[in-house]
Amino acid sequence: MKRRSLVKALALAASIAMIGSGSQALAQSKTVKVGVLHSLSGTMAISETVLKDTVLMAIDEINAGGGVMGMKLEAVVVDPASNWPLFAEKARQLLTQDKTAVVFGCWTSVSRKSVLPVFEELNGLLFYPVQYEGEEISKNVFYTGAAPNQQAIPAVEYLMSKDGGGAKRFVLLGTDYVYPRTTNKILRAFLKSKGIPDKDIDEVYTPFGHSDYQTIVANVKKFSAGGKTAVISTINGDSNVPFYKELGNQGLKATDVPVVAFSVGEEELRGVDTKPLVGHLAAWNYFMSIKAPANDEFIKKWSAYAKAKNIAGHKDKPLTNDPMEATYIGVHMWKQAVEKAKSFDVEKVSAAMAGQTFPAPSGITSKMDEKNHHLHKAVFIGEVKADGQFNVVWKTKGPVKAQPWSPFIPGNDKKKDEPALMAIKKP
Amino acid sequence: MFSGGTRAAAAIVSAALFLFCAPAALALDRAAVESLAFGEGDERLAAIAALVAEGDPKALVVLKALAQGEMQTSGKRVFIVRGDKAVDPFTGAESALPADREDVVANNRLRATVADALAVLNLFSPERAARLASARVLAEGADAALYPLIEKALSKEKDAEIRGLLEITAAGMQLKAESRDVRLAAIRTLGRTSNPNSKTLLLELVADADPDIRREARMSLDAVEKRLAWGEWLGLAFAGISLGSILLLAALGLAITYGLMGVINMAHGELIMIGAYATYVVQNAFRGSALFDWYLAAAVPAAFIVSGLVGIALERTVIRWLYGRPLETLLATWGLSLILIQTVRTLFGAQNVQVENPSFMSGGIQVLSNVVLPWSRIYIVLFVALVLVGMWLLLSRTRLGLFIRGVTQNRAMASCVGVPTSRVDMWAFGLGSGIAGLAGCALSQLGNVGPELGQGYIVDSFLVVVFGGVGQLAGTVYAALVLGFANKLLESWSGAVLAKIAVLVFIIVFIQRRPQGLFALRGRVTD
Repeated sequence: MKRRSLVKALALAASIAMIGSGSQALAQSKTVKVGVLHSLSGTMAISETVLKDTVLMAIDEINAGGGVMGMKLEAVVVDPASNWPLFAEKARQLLTQDKTAVVFGCWTSVSRKSVLPVFEELNGLLFYPVQYEGEEISKNVFYTGAAPNQQAIPAVEYLMSKDGGGAKRFVLLGTDYVYPRTTNKILRAFLKSKGIPDKDIDEVYTPFGHSDYQTIVANVKKFSAGGKTAVISTINGDSNVPFYKELGNQGLKATDVPVVAFSVGEEELRGVDTKPLVGHLAAWNYFMSIKAPANDEFIKKWSAYAKAKNIAGHKDKPLTNDPMEATYIGVHMWKQAVEKAKSFDVEKVSAAMAGQTFPAPSGITSKMDEKNHHLHKAVFIGEVKADGQFNVVWKTKGPVKAQPWSPFIPGNDKKKDEPALMAIKKP
Repeated sequence: MFSGGTRAAAAIVSAALFLFCAPAALALDRAAVESLAFGEGDERLAAIAALVAEGDPKALVVLKALAQGEMQTSGKRVFIVRGDKAVDPFTGAESALPADREDVVANNRLRATVADALAVLNLFSPERAARLASARVLAEGADAALYPLIEKALSKEKDAEIRGLLEITAAGMQLKAESRDVRLAAIRTLGRTSNPNSKTLLLELVADADPDIRREARMSLDAVEKRLAWGEWLGLAFAGISLGSILLLAALGLAITYGLMGVINMAHGELIMIGAYATYVVQNAFRGSALFDWYLAAAVPAAFIVSGLVGIALERTVIRWLYGRPLETLLATWGLSLILIQTVRTLFGAQNVQVENPSFMSGGIQVLSNVVLPWSRIYIVLFVALVLVGMWLLLSRTRLGLFIRGVTQNRAMASCVGVPTSRVDMWAFGLGSGIAGLAGCALSQLGNVGPELGQGYIVDSFLVVVFGGVGQLAGTVYAALVLGFANKLLESWSGAVLAKIAVLVFIIVFIQRRPQGLFALRGRVTD
């Protein structure tokens, strides 16, 4: 009997608590939901977790400044767990159940390809913050990372230049999925146009999460005896840690065979002994070591945020990287576009995104292209330093316009540099 | 090291020759240091040449600082960082580090030129070790413009080993000489080496205009390639042994729990993962202490005990009620594996944790000119051998081992003669789990440590045990090595993705032909 009354009391307390929280929710009803769709577990968590925190930081910052059109932003964080079909499910949940106005998310192209039909069907809005292979313009996606001509092509040009070592043979090493395969297809066509024969190009792929790079590094060594060789790495996720460990252990020096990576930044090198890796390269549109007032401010904000939120690793050693910068720019540009459109409606915000500018931490003024949904970006090539940071050794004169349809893939010259559906949109 | 421009190398030569003829005014050239710090491209290469010409020991210090990234600037001032002090390269005066200091950026091309310049300067050092190190650097390829210096060094050098290296270097530089006889001699010298750089150089000559040179280059190239092939095979064999040892370590625990006891333990991978996390925790406890390099000495027993205890707990609470019911065991242990993964995720977070290698496990040992064996893998092979010997001793020489074998062979009879079978089951399962923990400890040194670590090894472990023959430790050893070699051979031939598929197909076919595995127990034991 006593027990039953206890249960009753508990139930009563719970219902009172619920009423309480309900009224609280009513009081704050002027919020807008924002989806965050990044893997917080699995092989991609090494790269994506920090992007989730970057979105949350930008949202905190916007809320502290009064929100968007007087409305506070509320983040809805989900974990698609490096599982590509789960990305689509979670995206559907964010759009239909949580009714988010915009979603920031995805890293791998396979995850983006997985959610794309969902966003197009439900007319959602996705901001994608990572460098990718191009070959896509969707009216529902804004690409704040680099297209191949803003990262891959300049990096290879640098490797072939005198300062880059004058490479004549290339190993294209990647994880086995759409981004590395397409990028390497573009690079192969590009190298051919520069007179590099097929026998001097070696393409190697490994599965996601691969951890044994002994034979691959040994084969690179063997290949490099045939002439000045460079490795172009599109390895993604936590495989990079064993790969770079193996490079260091087997003594493959950057002065002999430089490795340029497209998906390795400050965050991925955390926990790797970078002393044997000095001189290996990465191509990005932002490095933490860039000297610019906007960057100093960005790093300061991130350090303070990481400390306040007790983010593992970053609270002691805060690091920023390119996709974080792209995420940060994306959130702020979306806010500016909403304010310009005076609406959260996807069509109106998309239209207002064209030509938006933002002072990027990389020191340039980033501009969203008027038509093709991609940012204009400056390209930097950095060399790994002993402390895990990058020295910028080469950069473009100014921002470069993205070419999502690479001219090195046949048939692309006929494709339009804007979302196809927008052109036939009903008034 | 082809990146150093020929012009810069020529300047280094004339500068260095000048240096050995007339050790003139000794003062560090301010203009050269400044253009090294603030200049661009070719300008900086010229500055290096100018500094070599100085002959001042301070120039050597400046170049070394640049190579090691210790050179910084603040405004127009150039200084070298030593600890928390800024050292003026001209006067040697120490001062506090300025706040607005910036690194002097060295790219690969500059670093290669500096390395060559330092090597050339060191060739005339009175110490044999310094000369030998320099000769090694230069033998890996150096700019042909440095030839006069190499010749000069050769004329003075008495040491046979250094002379040999310098002769190779000189030969590499004479390949484009005027005289045909000199070229032919150089080609023959290179043909006697086993250096990847010789191959690079000879490959360029195979298409030479002169038919004699072409023929000689082809012959020398074949000889070099033959010797290099040995190194490649050795590297491949070591990779196979290394992968085999890892597979063996992952499967050894399973060989006891599944092979001897017949428990289909789907949570085996998670016991490996727990061992890796135990290593991580021990590492964190040692962090910052002077004994950090020795944390593994504590991590190995810790991983064994923690995984062993978790294993015993699993056996006592769940598995012992399910002996003889394989389907239920499979489902229950699979559920347990999910619970363990989620528990670790809750305790440590979903992201990978970092396990750092102790310093003696970084780097590698150069066995042949084209083979470097990483220390971490060598230690793991030795560790696996130790674990194997320990387990063999335990099973064949101790009372517990006798009981385990007895219960495996005939449970009813063992029970009849007074063996406490239930307790033996518990200890045996704990032992298998503990060895899984050791595997986790070793794997943490090679790959990533995350909650899903074990998932990648469970299939491989079962493959090894089934392939080797259930109930057979020796079979497990052979199976692990065979699979390791097969995987690495196929990988070098067809790539990692196809190799994995090919190995799986091979095992499916093999098991269909020979369900009892490589080695089968005969007689009534298998009943």
